[in-house]
Amino acid sequence: MTAMIETDALTKKFVQKQDLAGKMAALLGASAPERVVHAVNEVDLVVNKGEVVGLVGESGCGKSTIGRMIAGILEPTAGRVFYKGADVAKLTGEDAGRAQLAVQMIFQDPFASLNPRQRVAGIIGEAPLVHGIVARAEQDDYVDEMLQKVGLDPDFRRRYPHQFSGGQRQRIGIARALAVKPDFLVCDEAVAALDVSIQAQILNLFMDLREEFDLTYLFISHDLGVVEHISDRLAIMYLGRLVETAPTDELFGGPNHPYTQALLAEVPRLDQRKRTFHPMKGEIPSPINPPGGCYFHPRCPHVLDRCRSDAPQLREISPGRFSACHLNDRGGV
Amino acid sequence: MSAPKPTLAVEDLCTYFFTKSGVVKAVDKVSFEIGAGEVLGLVGESGSGKTVTGFSIVGLIDQPGRIVSGSIRYKGEELIGASEERLRHIRGNRIAMIFQDPTMTLNPVLRIDTQLVEAITAHSDTDARTAWEQSRDALGQVGIPSPEERLKCYPHELSGGMRQRVAIAIAFLNKPNLIIADEPTTALDVTIQAQIIYEAQTLCRKTGTALLWITHDLAVVAGLADRICVMYAGRIVEEGGADNVIDRPLHPYTAGLIGSVPSHNRRGKRLAQIPGSTPSLLNLPEGCAFRTRCKFNDDTCLEEPEVTHPAKDRSLRCFHPVSRGPAP
Ligand SMILES: Nc1ncnc2c1ncn2[C@@H]1O[C@H](COP(=O)(O)OP(=O)(O)O)[C@@H](O)[C@H]1O
Ligand SMILES: Nc1ncnc2c1ncn2[C@@H]1O[C@H](COP(=O)(O)OP(=O)(O)O)[C@@H](O)[C@H]1O
Ligand code: SF4
Ligand code: SF4
Ligand SMILES: [Mg+2]
Ligand SMILES: [Mg+2]
Repeated sequence: MTAMIETDALTKKFVQKQDLAGKMAALLGASAPERVVHAVNEVDLVVNKGEVVGLVGESGCGKSTIGRMIAGILEPTAGRVFYKGADVAKLTGEDAGRAQLAVQMIFQDPFASLNPRQRVAGIIGEAPLVHGIVARAEQDDYVDEMLQKVGLDPDFRRRYPHQFSGGQRQRIGIARALAVKPDFLVCDEAVAALDVSIQAQILNLFMDLREEFDLTYLFISHDLGVVEHISDRLAIMYLGRLVETAPTDELFGGPNHPYTQALLAEVPRLDQRKRTFHPMKGEIPSPINPPGGCYFHPRCPHVLDRCRSDAPQLREISPGRFSACHLNDRGGV
Repeated sequence: MSAPKPTLAVEDLCTYFFTKSGVVKAVDKVSFEIGAGEVLGLVGESGSGKTVTGFSIVGLIDQPGRIVSGSIRYKGEELIGASEERLRHIRGNRIAMIFQDPTMTLNPVLRIDTQLVEAITAHSDTDARTAWEQSRDALGQVGIPSPEERLKCYPHELSGGMRQRVAIAIAFLNKPNLIIADEPTTALDVTIQAQIIYEAQTLCRKTGTALLWITHDLAVVAGLADRICVMYAGRIVEEGGADNVIDRPLHPYTAGLIGSVPSHNRRGKRLAQIPGSTPSLLNLPEGCAFRTRCKFNDDTCLEEPEVTHPAKDRSLRCFHPVSRGPAP
């Protein structure tokens, strides 16, 4: 298998802007401590060609930040992103441009960042024209074709974003991404805002497009039911670190990491009735002051002494399965 | 001896909005009951009338909306048309609502401790110290870490998820007889959701609180509710025990919804799709409102389907229930 996308110790730290109290303190001459958010911490992630990898974790654990670094719209603090084996930071000229277009991102609401005065035709047709993917004479036909691919009527081309429902907007966002002929899509909570019946339509569309355009996906979602359905492999995050990666069936069949176990136990499922919910102890610690050792240790029911000081590395525990937990160390320290 | 009165009985409730473009029948002939200690799940997609149903019960319908007809009885006592004073007493004291948006509960200019302590002392003669301790414990119960510190915060100093948990803690505080929870956990992570559901369950089981849990998430009500009502375009189209509704749905819409839930399907398989989208309430098809999206529809469906009871304890608005309908 060839890696379409690979990250090597990918890291992002945000230096938080000072709040009012901090600014006042600085004015008065006090040295306000910098608040650094450790959003993503040395993540090694591989997505092979043709795969759908689901990236899962609770809000704030760093999913979007990873997605944005992979899509090239956020600069890593440290670490590298490889596209088809090439370090994207070292690409130049045409190669850099090609890699940039090849990886596209789909957002929860694609229109949040768009000019509301631009018509659908421009939204979809502008980038391919600019990048020389279509000639001006073919631009209209190309937009129509893209609209049809995502299940929309080409007559919509003259409309504005606000004239569409949530499901239709998401289709337009997908058409816009497809128009530059990507081979990798980062879908960030792409179905989170949609009603169940519309969500089903969009998930089906993603699966159809995967076949038709030979796409590879990183599918980010906090909804385990959704990622379970669409992903071949899952990567579970906790507080900026990957804690487990495994093929979807194996992960749901037998999660290895104590956090994954706890998380899966909380997921509401249609086939469970009148169950008693057993909440996980404690709370996700702050990414500004993460605990030492294993980030999960304050909440872990199996915590060992060394977990408090010694951060477990992601290790292969069986072919194709990785977990970062000291419990997997036989004959270890 | 007569049977005990249900905590809440809603009967033929109609709440309409009289807008410039026409009459929006947001809630139309809706009926259901919730007994003490019972959890009723009200499920439907956006715009189906769930929030308006909840707002009608707690008296929050404003212009251009109005409860047009029907009955809402709390322990047998009619609330529609009751005196302001009586309503304030019951709604302030015995019925609590958790809104999807916690800013509807929280006062932005008061500290959290002030709001919780006030909520306790307004309805009992608990002393301030005890009320403060109860407030701290209440925050702990909904999964808020370091509750002592959070008590000193103003609402804007907390994250959205944290604010929602404070609002939920306030709703649970006085052990009300009825809680109406409108998508309370939609914006929260599954771990926090599990914690809140756990607290709600405990409250219902221990104190007999009746719970109306409004959500678009079938999987949540499957695990939580005793009974489920499915709402579509202002109507309850199907009601029954949670097992029955989910394992043996009768209404084509319910069946379609269940088919579209990803975790219920084999991985990678195409999900069942309900064609089209919810019609505007100003522009409903004649007869059955689901007609234009239903594969079982025929000429009979041009009439409006009335409520029938195809089995003990089940109700339905459909001429061709799924199990007996023609093959697709
Ligand atoms: N621009 C930013 N400035 C400061 N902190 C940020 C910024 N973007 C994200 N963060 C923080 O980084 C962490 C990870 O965020 P994010 O990647 O959005 O998580 P997720 O997508 O998993 O919810 C969070 O603590 C978030 O508050
Ligand atoms: N103030 C209002 N004026 C006009 N229509 C309204 C008003 N409030 C709600 N509605 C309409 O009532 C219907 C039901 O809304 P709602 O109860 O909020 O749905 P849900 O909670 O199921 O998403 C919607 O079609 C909505 O547009
Ligand atoms: S490393 Fe230790 S604390 Fe972390 S998950 Fe494993 S057992 Fe628990
Ligand atoms: S009444 Fe007719 S159109 Fe309506 S849901 Fe039943 S079969 Fe379908
Ligand atoms: Mg995110
Ligand atoms: Mg609502």
